[in-house]
Amino acid sequence: MFKMMMCKEATRLMSKRLDAPLSFQEKLSLKLHLAMCDACTECNKQFTLLHEVGHRFEVFVSDTPDNGGGAHNE
Amino acid sequence: MSGSESEEKNERMQRLSAVRPRLVSFARLQLRDLAQAEDAVQEALAAAIEKDESFSGRSGYETWVFGILKYKILDALRAQRRDGRWQPLEHELDEDAIDRLFQQNGRWQEEAKPASWGDPEAAFLNERFWQVFDTCMIALPDNIARVFSMRELMGLTTEEICREAGIKENNCWVILHRARLRLRACIERGWLSEEN
Repeated sequence: MFKMMMCKEATRLMSKRLDAPLSFQEKLSLKLHLAMCDACTECNKQFTLLHEVGHRFEVFVSDTPDNGGGAHNE
Repeated sequence: MSGSESEEKNERMQRLSAVRPRLVSFARLQLRDLAQAEDAVQEALAAAIEKDESFSGRSGYETWVFGILKYKILDALRAQRRDGRWQPLEHELDEDAIDRLFQQNGRWQEEAKPASWGDPEAAFLNERFWQVFDTCMIALPDNIARVFSMRELMGLTTEEICREAGIKENNCWVILHRARLRLRACIERGWLSEEN
């Protein structure tokens, strides 16, 4: 019998997903859980946002007000 | 050197001083020490000025300087570790902080349930989001924050982090899971409370 994954385990997988590939079974259970859980869906979005933070920090740094933004080097 | 070359160089110097405060706050998040962060930035800026000719001009200047800074931060992190300034990560493997967020059955505690942060694009463009992020990173225990920042700010793989920190990959995932849960809770408190 398929046992429903709980939020705590789901957050573990949504974190691990950002660092290493999940197994097919893990992907499936995470997907099923996210389809039914709003709180975990938000958590997943936030982990993804935190995962982008390094890249965004670089953009933010390059975009200091006094240099007119980094974009003019393009 | 022609007039326009030196003008360009001058402009780049101005851009370095404009970007310096944000570079320091970036370095501080990882080195957890303002003086060391300022040293790392100083070294990176000196290297940028020295290697000015090797800047190809294809990518953004600040991005190039940022790349140099990352190497300096990694050097400084290694020096910290050699000097025994890293507390052992095993101390962070207790489950308490995480367990408080969830009920016995593994569901979220009512008060710990994640809420929507609105448009993530808008968050990244907001200076205040970065202040909240900074505050929450500083509030994390040093050794957890270090693993998180090596992963998410420096972009190292978990395999590389294991090598730098001398831990097993499984521990690395456990620490990152913990760091992300704590950071998201802290950011949510700061970000949503001030907004309303």
